[in-house]
Amino acid sequence: MHYVIAGAGPAAVAAAEHIRELDTDSKVTMIGAQAQPPYSRMAIPYFLTGKVEQKGTYLRRSDNHYAEKGIDYLHDEVVSVQPEDHSLSLASGEKIQYDKLLLATGAEPIIPPVPGMDDPRVQQCWHLEDAERIIDLAKPGARAVQVGAGFIGCIILESWVLREVDLTVVEMGPRMVPRMLGEKAGGLLQTWCESKGVSVHTNTQVKAIESTPEELHVVLESGETCPADVVIVSTGVKPRLGYLQGCEIKIDQGIVIDEHMRTTAPDIYAAGDCAQGLDFSTGETAVHAVQPTATEHGRVAAANMVSNNDLPYKGSLNMNILDTLGLVTCSFGAWEGVDGGDSAEMFNQDNFQYINLQFKEDILVGANSVGYHKHLGMLRGLIETKIPLGPWKDRLIANPVQIADAYLGANEASLKSS
Amino acid sequence: MHKALVMEADACTGCHQCEMMCSYGKVGAFNPSKSVIDITIFDGGAVNVPSTCTQCEGAWCMVVCPVEAITVNSSTGAKEVSAEVCVGCKVCTIACPFGAINYDVDSGVVTKCDLCGGEPMCVEACPTTALSFVAEDSTGYDKMRRNAILAAGIEEGIA
Repeated sequence: MHYVIAGAGPAAVAAAEHIRELDTDSKVTMIGAQAQPPYSRMAIPYFLTGKVEQKGTYLRRSDNHYAEKGIDYLHDEVVSVQPEDHSLSLASGEKIQYDKLLLATGAEPIIPPVPGMDDPRVQQCWHLEDAERIIDLAKPGARAVQVGAGFIGCIILESWVLREVDLTVVEMGPRMVPRMLGEKAGGLLQTWCESKGVSVHTNTQVKAIESTPEELHVVLESGETCPADVVIVSTGVKPRLGYLQGCEIKIDQGIVIDEHMRTTAPDIYAAGDCAQGLDFSTGETAVHAVQPTATEHGRVAAANMVSNNDLPYKGSLNMNILDTLGLVTCSFGAWEGVDGGDSAEMFNQDNFQYINLQFKEDILVGANSVGYHKHLGMLRGLIETKIPLGPWKDRLIANPVQIADAYLGANEASLKSS
Repeated sequence: MHKALVMEADACTGCHQCEMMCSYGKVGAFNPSKSVIDITIFDGGAVNVPSTCTQCEGAWCMVVCPVEAITVNSSTGAKEVSAEVCVGCKVCTIACPFGAINYDVDSGVVTKCDLCGGEPMCVEACPTTALSFVAEDSTGYDKMRRNAILAAGIEEGIA
């Protein structure tokens, strides 16, 4: 049996390792296009702040990790897949036969269709090489405009502020991180950033980036123009699927997979940021593009590839945690609420604290928080176990801060009736 | 045979001595906010519930970590955080369905129970039988822990 994994990010590595755990004899090949050993985009912001060196972003610590595990790691890029003869073609010209194939090719940044994006002073923040260029461009006192205040945009803010860059953020959505935070939480985050000297524009798009030899002019739809020495574009990501053009495989937002992580092509599975898999909260499929979903996808796909589809997956809970200049925000599941559901809210504007809990009957289904970093995982526990909260629901509505009490109270037999 | 830290809410008096010793062992100060074991007091002390990491088989924290900062200590079975490797991304703190791994603002990394290398200080400090450190299969604790994993919604064999 030859297992081939296209991609070398978190989903790919989790899958390769789990295949090896479950099947010690078969051949496992992992194909990654990056020049470095498999690394984690989650860690790039900490490379930008100087907290870790480049090596600190690698997914595994040992230099020989993949060889030690019996995983063949190929530095190459998949350019096409031929399901009809179980083969794939690589950029090097090589053709590889597979018995089972996992597509874990991740995501790529969305480039907004704006004139002037090709100036070398306009940077993405996606690959390690981008981070290196940003470090060169972000000199103290430099004027930077960051286009997009989504997850990646917010997490890299700290590196600009630490580098004493004069920063302006432009977000087309009505608030910061609109796909992860509600109005009050996003509003708190904006006030927080502004209090740290960051200029934030929401509800406006960039119309053009004009270049002069001395500086860039970022022209906003609102009519304003921001002068800049460097522009960083972080306007979201989309599944990386170019190599599947012309391939008989169902694609919607991402590669559509079933509860066994199978695509519509025989013996081809998909996982991680390129995959549109089952969502725990909605029962529909969605592209989450978050680390917890990627690693779970990888492991579940591996188990199904090895076991001949013995392991149905309950779906992944969308969740995210973000630290923006020291303010921690997080989201779980149906944080926008469900039809006929109830909610609990605590809003302490002066202390930058916020909790929003969403219930369906007496089960927690989603949450948003700002300014908390203790026991947040209990929110996942409560949501995924669907444990009835009983009397704790009303107590949470009266005081949403009591998350740990409700978690223990709902789980501890001696407290169930109290 | 690994030993497990077993917590019995029925025997806990809520004295917080475990938290004091835990923080002393971890950061050299009697500071319950730095403890990785927590006592939650209910109904004015009628019920007190100790909670910390059970070193679960699922090890969501370890599986999700993007930089391999969490590894298993082969002699104790504990999942341990390397403060040198951890970048502080906090993804483990939302992935752990028990809320047993948390971010520490002062150190900039996550912290969790590591069984103190095999001699848990909280157990030494506990004046009752609320905390004990015993062979995993002598108490059915291992089974209980597996059940906790299944209850948390991820089928055995994935993690």
